[in-house]
Parts: sequence; structure tokens; C-alpha cells
Amino acid sequence: MTALLDIHDLAIRTGSKSLVADLSFSIAAGERLGLIGESGSGKSLTALAAIGLLPEALMASGSILLDGHQLVGACDRELVPLRGTAAAVVFQEPLTALDPLARIGRQVGEAVRRRAKRDGAATDKASITREVLSLLDQVALPDTGRIFNAWPHEISGGQRQRAAIAMALACKPKLLIADEPTTALDVTTQAEILALLKRLVRERDMALLFISHDLPVVAGTVDRVLVMQHGRIVETGAVADVFAQPQHPYTQSLVVAARAFDDALEMTA
Amino acid sequence: MSESTIIIASVEGKKRRSWTFTIGAIIVGLQVVIGLMTLIWTPFDPSAMSGGRLGAASLVHLAGTDRLGRDLFSLIMIGSRIALTVGSGAIVIGGLIGITIGLLAAFASKTLDDVLAAGLDILIAFPTLLLAMLIVASSDGASLTTAIVAIGIANSAIVARLTRILAKRVLSMDYITASRISGTSWLGVVMIHVLPNIWPTLLVNLALQFGLAVIAEASLSYLGLGAPPPNASWGRLLQEAQATVYTAPLGAIAPGIALVSLVIGINLLADGLRDLADPTRRSRR
Repeated sequence: MTALLDIHDLAIRTGSKSLVADLSFSIAAGERLGLIGESGSGKSLTALAAIGLLPEALMASGSILLDGHQLVGACDRELVPLRGTAAAVVFQEPLTALDPLARIGRQVGEAVRRRAKRDGAATDKASITREVLSLLDQVALPDTGRIFNAWPHEISGGQRQRAAIAMALACKPKLLIADEPTTALDVTTQAEILALLKRLVRERDMALLFISHDLPVVAGTVDRVLVMQHGRIVETGAVADVFAQPQHPYTQSLVVAARAFDDALEMTA
Repeated sequence: MSESTIIIASVEGKKRRSWTFTIGAIIVGLQVVIGLMTLIWTPFDPSAMSGGRLGAASLVHLAGTDRLGRDLFSLIMIGSRIALTVGSGAIVIGGLIGITIGLLAAFASKTLDDVLAAGLDILIAFPTLLLAMLIVASSDGASLTTAIVAIGIANSAIVARLTRILAKRVLSMDYITASRISGTSWLGVVMIHVLPNIWPTLLVNLALQFGLAVIAEASLSYLGLGAPPPNASWGRLLQEAQATVYTAPLGAIAPGIALVSLVIGINLLADGLRDLADPTRRSRR
């Protein structure tokens, strides 16, 4: 069976500067893949490229097949029907991922309505509202009636991230791209959001591309991991293998740093 | 900053803002009522010689009479209508042209955006009044409509530049990307996200432009390029009073006060409008 997302020899450059090079990987339906790397290693660019949303100033070459459609060189009109249905994204910063001037119910509702229109389902106000409330419930938001009518600034950071996840789910994507979804959250909220993502991916049989710089977070969430440095993949393999026996010096330094952190925690405990 | 300081600050800010908003609304409302009233009634026929020349203020002639013996208060009331007409017309024209061009530039390719931005910068470098004078001079002749169109076009450059910058900032936000990912078209993005988000700032700017348009109209009329007689624009009243400013200062002071109070009222109103248009600035219920 063909992969859901198949990236082959992807290179992204701005002017003469190379940002990402020789990038190849694929994600099968239902598979969970982690992408690790430091800031500026090209993780987020790769995610944007995977849904055809690279800024105009950046040039992509190579091949990106999303659900069988070539994204490199495709025009906007060809991309619109693919977005959302094939892949949706959860962003790092929950405050900027929601429009400050639209109530939560309306934002999630927009995504639901577009999806319903595409599927030929009912788009009347009552059924959209019902669907939005059910989505808010699925991402474990409390008091869905109040949150439906709340502005983004009236709910907490963790709740905003849940609302953003509900918006991504409204599209019923086959692939969910999570771009550092827990980085802006505190540790307990982080754990809750991770558990939520894991549950949703399993229940809905979605593939997951999980991007992070946080080793332990990735280790607990995905099956397979890619390590990126300076726009290139330096190591790849099953999570357990890569973390037990890191081959590349950069991965080794990441693992050592994570261990040192754990040890320090145990010493103080 | 702790949560409590934010709340205290916003409560105090709200009080102060609603206070200025009320005064602004009263001044502008009064001018609108007076302006509309002149359509059916003025104390004296504005073109009739109802009193002695350059008469002082009295209970009959509240602002005295001009050098032809016409009632100045009636003329100022009519001037109010003209000022409001020009202001409204100018911001409708300036707003429509400006917002359209600004949005186009924000969405355009880099080359087109650069060309539009440079064009706007050149237009803005021209003083509004000079630009309006050029437009009036190149048209058939001075009339109220020409003045409105000229001031509107001159204002549109500033509105366009502001729209472009505001829209670009909104377009760089994650929620635009998120909306695009869920399959929204560019037109949908403008309607759902861009316009509501830039509207509060734009509205305040349009209100300020209204005040500037009122001043620009008075300046054009002062120079004889505004609405021709018998339209009693404040600018023309000021110009007519200039020759007799030492003998009858009220002829210049009275229309001057009317002009200044309207502009101040509009600016106060603009300040309060922003809070009404932006839900994140309203206090929590």
C-alpha cells in the first residue's frame, strides 16, 4: 500500500541559502512519526511543505506526495481541496492559532461547515452546532456550552490548545501534523494534551507527524523517529533503538542531555 | 504583570474612555442634529440681510451679523451640514478605495506589493491639501462634489497604507495558516479573519480622517476651491471675516469654534469607538 505522505529528496532554499536538503521519509496510514531537532533545523519548514503552505519566498524542489497528490509546484487551487481532508496541523502557540476576534464555537464551526459542505452533509446551523459541541467534548473540554460562546482570551492556554485540536479534527484529516503542540504549555497540561493526542490518533486511526525538540515527549508519543540537524536527517529508526543506541553524535548529545536532566531530578528528589 | 493589575488597569481605562466617548458623542450628535435641522429651518434666511452690517452678538443674532448683514449663526448652522457632508463623503470614498488597494497590496505578489507601496508613499508625500487642490483644479470647477472626491482620494492613500500594514500583520498569524489548512479560500480569509481583526484600528483611523477631511474642506473653501456660494462653508465664512477681523472678531471666532469643536468631538468619539469594536478590549462579563 502506498504511503499517506511520501517525501523524496526534498530541498528548501531561500535565494542561495539551503534550509533543508536531501530530506526523504514517508508516513503510512495510521503510523506515528516523530521529528526531532533543535531550533532552525528545518522541522517546521518540513511540516509546512508537507501541506503545501511554504511562504512564497522559499523554493522547494524534490517530491512531496500527500495522499497521492504531488505538492511541489502545485498551484493554490489544486491544494485547497487537499488541505484539511488529507492533513491538518496543530500549532505551537495556542494563542496565535486562534483568531482573537472570533468566538471558539464560530472558529471550530467554520472548519466543520467547510468539511460538511465538501462531504455533502447538512450545513444548517443546528447540526453544525451539534457537531462543534461534540468535537469540544471529544477533546475533553469542560463546560462545552460556555466555551462554545467564549472568546479565545477568556479561556486558558491548555483549553485553547484543545480548541485548536478540535479545529484540526473538524477537518477529519488522515494525517495530523503537530508542530510542537506542547512547548508553550506547563508540564501537567503538556501531559494531558499528549495523552489526548495519543487517544485521538488511536481512536480515529489517523497518522501523526509529531514535531518537537523535547526527547522524552517524543519518545512517549511516536513509534518511529527522525533526527534533524542543519536541515538534514542525521538519524532515523524505531524510537527504542534510536534512544537506546544513538549512532550520530548529535543524537548522542541529545540523549546524554536528557539523561543528565533525569539524574539531576533524582538527585534533588 | 499579575492578573489583578491587568483588571484594575482595564477598569480604569474603561471609565476614562467612556467619559471621552460620551462627550465626543454629544458634540458630534449636536452637530448632526443642527446640520439636519438646516434642511427645514434656520433662525433667519441665510441669504437675506436680516440685520445691520457687522452687528454684535445679541439675543436676536446669536453670533452677530456679517459684513452684508446676514445672520452669522444661521450660516454657521448650514456650515455644519456642509462639513458633515464632506467628511462623510470623503471617508466613504477614501475608505472604499483605500481598503481595497490596501488589501490588494497585502495579498499581491512581492513585485506588485512593492509597486503599490511605493506609489502610496509618493501619494502620502504630497500634502493632502495640495493633492486636493490639484484634483479640484484639474476638474471642471469648484463644487461640493469635487471637494468631496478630491479629499476622499487624498485620504485614501493613508487608509490604503494602514490597511496594507494591518492586513499583512494578520496574515502572518498562525490562525490564518490554520484557516487555510482547513480549506478556506482567500476571500473567506479576508471576510472571516482579516477584516474583523483590522476593523477596530481602521475604524479609529477613518474617524480621525473624518476630522482631517472637515479641516481640509474648510481650507479648500478658504482658498476659494471648495463649495461655491451660496454654500456657507466654515472655511468661506473665515475667509470673508478676514478683512474685518479687527473690527468684528466674532465673524472669525464663531465659525472657528464650530470647526474646532466638531474636530475635537470626532477625535474623542474615535477614541471610544475602538473599544466598542474590539471584544478583547471590553471588560469580562
